[in-house]
Amino acid sequence: MAVRSSLYSRRRMSDRIATGLAYAAAAFGLGWLILILGVLVYQGIGGLSLDVFTQDTPPPGSAGGLLNAIVGSIVMTALAILIGTPIGILAGTYMAEYGRHDKLAMIVRFINDILLSAPSVVIGLFIYEILVAPMGHFSGYAGSVALAVIVIPVVVRTTEDMLRLVPDTLREAAASIGLPRSLMIMRIAYRAARAGIITGILLAVARISGETAPLLFTALNNQFFSLNMNAPMPSLPVVIFQFALSPYEEWQKLAWTGALLITATVLALSIIARSLTARR
Amino acid sequence: MSEVALKESTTLAVGQSTSHAAVLRRLRASDLLFKTLTRLAAIAVLLLLSGTLLSLVIGSIPAFRTFGLSFVITEVWNPVTEQFGALAPIYGTLITSLIAMLVAVPVGIMIAFFLTELCPRMLRRPIAIAIELLAGIPSIIYGIWGLFVFAPFVQAHIQPALIWLGDNDYTGPIPILSALFAGPPYGIGILTAGFILAIMVLPFITAISRDVFDAVPPVLKEATYGLGCTKWEVFKHVILPFTRVGVIGGVMLGLGRALGETMAVTFVIGNAHTVSASILQPGTTISASIANEFTEAVGDLYTSSLIALGLILFFITFCVLAAARYMLMRLQQRAG
Repeated sequence: MAVRSSLYSRRRMSDRIATGLAYAAAAFGLGWLILILGVLVYQGIGGLSLDVFTQDTPPPGSAGGLLNAIVGSIVMTALAILIGTPIGILAGTYMAEYGRHDKLAMIVRFINDILLSAPSVVIGLFIYEILVAPMGHFSGYAGSVALAVIVIPVVVRTTEDMLRLVPDTLREAAASIGLPRSLMIMRIAYRAARAGIITGILLAVARISGETAPLLFTALNNQFFSLNMNAPMPSLPVVIFQFALSPYEEWQKLAWTGALLITATVLALSIIARSLTARR
Repeated sequence: MSEVALKESTTLAVGQSTSHAAVLRRLRASDLLFKTLTRLAAIAVLLLLSGTLLSLVIGSIPAFRTFGLSFVITEVWNPVTEQFGALAPIYGTLITSLIAMLVAVPVGIMIAFFLTELCPRMLRRPIAIAIELLAGIPSIIYGIWGLFVFAPFVQAHIQPALIWLGDNDYTGPIPILSALFAGPPYGIGILTAGFILAIMVLPFITAISRDVFDAVPPVLKEATYGLGCTKWEVFKHVILPFTRVGVIGGVMLGLGRALGETMAVTFVIGNAHTVSASILQPGTTISASIANEFTEAVGDLYTSSLIALGLILFFITFCVLAAARYMLMRLQQRAG
């Protein structure tokens, strides 16, 4: 009896230790989130004023805002979504509707999953090689295309997943009234999967609005307000990168404010995206 | 019914006076067109990856032609004399990722254990979402936070303690530790970068581990609980062995992220092209070197060397990610 009770208490002890560690691990993970967000708000909120949205990035030593960077980011993100979304949705459609069991879809799925977590700095190099080097200069177009390359795998993945959730009975019903397959997909499957596909697009926007590495040597940066996509274009992440590493206090302050803006945008987007699909 | 559907669906596309056969032909053509379009888009995804590979290979030819394969094992990185070697960035990439995995794997798996077995049902979703939000924070935010908040903290508290641990008055220099924790506390460096990477990949490991833990058939768990096992014993002897392949897949996925992560590391690694035994010293990684130097690179050989670094990174991450996906795919097939 003595032996068994000592075994029992040992087992209970190891269970206590392990579950304690699990609680600690969860607190550790949540702690970082709170710490990072807390510091961001603390450092960034002081610089948040109307000037941030109405003035361009300043030269060192003077006050200014982030207007050109914000506009540049919005323009390049919009174009990237315009390029990437149709390709992503079509490719996802092929995999979910036409090629459920064929080889091409299987290979594309595998490659797409790899692209999904491929290092974005390498994508920047790719676009530099095929667009910037031949054109001879950095440009907003190159930046948008680099971002589009990141958008595509995200949209492909969510489109395929969401189309697969559409019950086959809907497809069969459509076929039974003689609807051609393409019309069935466009009028029925897309409609049923609409919330999910929009979620995918929102997640893609969230993903690229913070991307810095692929923009560094495609869109580069621009101190001035510019809507010329054929010239170097400023973006919020690149400006943060430049300003944070500078020795000037005003620049560092603007970098924190920009960081707060980006994080708030990204988190809001991913929460909206989540609630869109959660309701279904 | 089919008449109605046909009419309704074709009035948009064709004029009123077309005959029935013509309508059908039109429909068949547009059907084929749509299918071809989706197929082309799918092929475009393949082209993206092969195009990336091809452009990197072409771009790195000058570097490999000049330095040969010894590029990979040379430490020198001197833009002035145009001598380039990839050893320091490769070393830095591997060692920072190793530190990241040493921290993130146990913590990530324990969080998943907490979420699936211990957490009150009501809190499960909010906590899971909060952890996943960590994954959504852009890497530049981790960078700026790491540089201004975390690195000074490491410099003031963690690094002095580690240096003391390696060499102090009581024990004298301890063989391995004193080399590992040598030098002045800079704050930035390999250890700091590795730790920030750990926080960044944590959500990936947690999310995938939780998904595979959730997929364990309840009967298995209930049977073990029925034998009188504790929660930890059920986890260690039933859940973990059952989901091993999936967990390893998730870990590899996190590793793929850590290897390629750029901005967060660029801020805190110090960008020094040296290989040092001490993890407190500045170093560099492949992605940080590219991000820091690419726009300033003068001359074809410098640019080409950086692209060659990109090719090496691409190759390493491709292998890791492919292995991860293969494992997760096998698990999915087993589940049905």
